[in-house]
Amino acid sequence: MSNDVLVFVEFAEGKATKAGLQALGAAHTLAGQLGGSAIALAIGDGLEGEAGNLGKAGAGKVLLAGGDAVANYSPDGYASILAQQAEATGAAAVLASATPMGKDFVARAAAKAKCGLASDCTELKVEGGKAQAVRPVYAGKALVTVSAPGTLWATLRPNVFAEASSDNATTPEAVTVSFGPGDLKAVVAEIVAGVKGKLDVAEAEIVVSGGRGLKDPAGEGKQNWENLQALAEVLGAATGASRAVVDAGWRPHGEQVGQTGKTVSPKLYIACAISGAIQHLAGMSGSKVIVAINKDENAPIFKVADYGIVGMVEDVVPALTSALKEALG
Amino acid sequence: MDIIVCIRRAPTTDARIKPGSDGKTYDPAGVNYDISEYDKFAIEAAIQLKEKHSGQVTIISMGPSAATKEIRTAIAMGCDAAHLLVDDAQHDSWSTAQVLAAKIKELPHDIVLFGWNSVDNQSSATGQMVAELLDLPSVSVAVSLEVEDGKAKVERLAAGGNRERYDITLPAVITCQKGLNKPRSANMKGIMMAKKTAVPETPANAPEDGVAVAGMTPPPPRPEGKIVGKGAEAVGDLVKLLREEAKVI
Ligand SMILES: Cc1cc2nc3c(=O)[nH]c(=O)nc-3n(C[C@H](O)[C@H](O)[C@H](O)COP(=O)(O)OP(=O)(O)OC[C@H]3O[C@@H](n4cnc5c(N)ncnc54)[C@H](O)[C@@H]3O)c2cc1C
Ligand SMILES: Nc1ncnc2c1ncn2[C@@H]1O[C@H](COP(=O)(O)O)[C@@H](O)[C@H]1O
Repeated sequence: MSNDVLVFVEFAEGKATKAGLQALGAAHTLAGQLGGSAIALAIGDGLEGEAGNLGKAGAGKVLLAGGDAVANYSPDGYASILAQQAEATGAAAVLASATPMGKDFVARAAAKAKCGLASDCTELKVEGGKAQAVRPVYAGKALVTVSAPGTLWATLRPNVFAEASSDNATTPEAVTVSFGPGDLKAVVAEIVAGVKGKLDVAEAEIVVSGGRGLKDPAGEGKQNWENLQALAEVLGAATGASRAVVDAGWRPHGEQVGQTGKTVSPKLYIACAISGAIQHLAGMSGSKVIVAINKDENAPIFKVADYGIVGMVEDVVPALTSALKEALG
Repeated sequence: MDIIVCIRRAPTTDARIKPGSDGKTYDPAGVNYDISEYDKFAIEAAIQLKEKHSGQVTIISMGPSAATKEIRTAIAMGCDAAHLLVDDAQHDSWSTAQVLAAKIKELPHDIVLFGWNSVDNQSSATGQMVAELLDLPSVSVAVSLEVEDGKAKVERLAAGGNRERYDITLPAVITCQKGLNKPRSANMKGIMMAKKTAVPETPANAPEDGVAVAGMTPPPPRPEGKIVGKGAEAVGDLVKLLREEAKVI
């Protein structure tokens, strides 16, 4: 086994995603601790021009896999390439982002390599010369530190690891894709109901969430939800929701934050008219700063909030939007 | 159609979890259990497939003997048979996947359903690992599923609320997400049936974990927060604190 760290860097529309650059940053740091270098793997066509940017973001080496077989995303295809490169590089650790894509194919890749997977990790460290990962379990009610007998495979929670900068000059190295499009078992046929470019709540740096106290958007809550949207817009935030809101059909379930929704760890989480049930807290208490707006000063959300305002969302949310507009100019 | 559903017995989502005396697993005192939330969508999907195409739904679970309770709940919803692979320890997804895959291999299967993520271990890995071990196509985080003539049209939730459509050939592995369906509750007839259905138990013989737990700790406590003020008048102070103290905007 080498001291290098292999990292899958996710691309979207020809650019490395933020989560992908964060994973590369984590790989750069871990490789430094192990005495090796970060090897970035990108999959897709036409990415040669991006290799230099990956060098600046911490990659010591850049591997590119392109061609017909990867023209569309496929979990088994991507898994084959990652498992092959894990073996070829003899990496001490294999990293990727715990995004919808990473969560989908990296487990398959780890299984191909006959390895386990530490999912959705929030910390990486080196203990006795070996890589270890820390991951939340039971929706953040506990943290476990895990290690692997051989290569450590881990996916990393977005927004937790910092991007790196380096002066590595890299030239991309093409890797051979050993299968053709006809060998794939499951390939994306179509992007169906896509809101292109919409920020996923799990990857956003700022999240503004609404709860049952905002009331029915098809009725008396209409203005409240418009106000919430305006607040999110001025902050460049993604919108989230409590389960009560999702179950009522007021918001799509892709926005649900909590133990049975998405786990978020933004730098700022603003909870509006959310009570703070244990299942909701489980999904957002890893946020750096939490703001709560609630009319009930005894609401449990105030126990985890760094800053609270006791008041009606009808008044506080639009006032906050105006104040932010002014402050952010 | 032969449909298999893998279900996990997990602590309820309102359980208080704290590290136990071994420092590696949680203290089970006062913890209640249920079918892991998303597995209920897998069970419902299985029963709907059976209702449409006829066939049989078989539950597979690895866990302690006590998991018979969760298995009977699934049978009461409308599943037909079950296998409990007994193991009292907590295992990672790689070890679990190997046990499940070995059992699935012994059984006829056109489609194998999982939850997309367990509420306790939260690996979102077991289904895909089983698919790899059985060399089957997999689609994870499914929110729509249609089966016709040995093929499945599946939509999965991708980044930013996008839905990706896959057209795959059965047998296949699908992991299920909320939105796929509304899990039914058991009726009286189902509950009576579940009491009479045998749940054979065999030792799981789980292999070594792929990632081993070295230690479990409670999460770091959050620093004491403060109430900035009351009503709309407080927003000025809040913005100032977010800029100057927290430095997040
Ligand atoms: C198995 C299971 C899984 C679950 N998973 C999740 C999950 O993933 N995510 C999740 O969120 N929940 C989850 N829940 C549900 C959870 O227990 C709560 O029921 C839910 O979070 C409550 O949503 P809420 O805070 O929006 O509503 P409520 O609890 O009804 O709270 C509304 C809040 O709004 C405040 N309010 C009302 N009007 C106003 C106003 N005008 N101005 C200001 N404040 C106002 C009230 O004071 C109250 O605190 C789960 C439950 C179970 C059983
Ligand atoms: N012990 C188990 N027995 C049966 N199925 C399981 C077990 N553990 C996990 N699964 C299945 O795998 C899914 C994903 O679990 P995980 O990989 O832990 O997130 C669960 O929703 C179950 O469908």
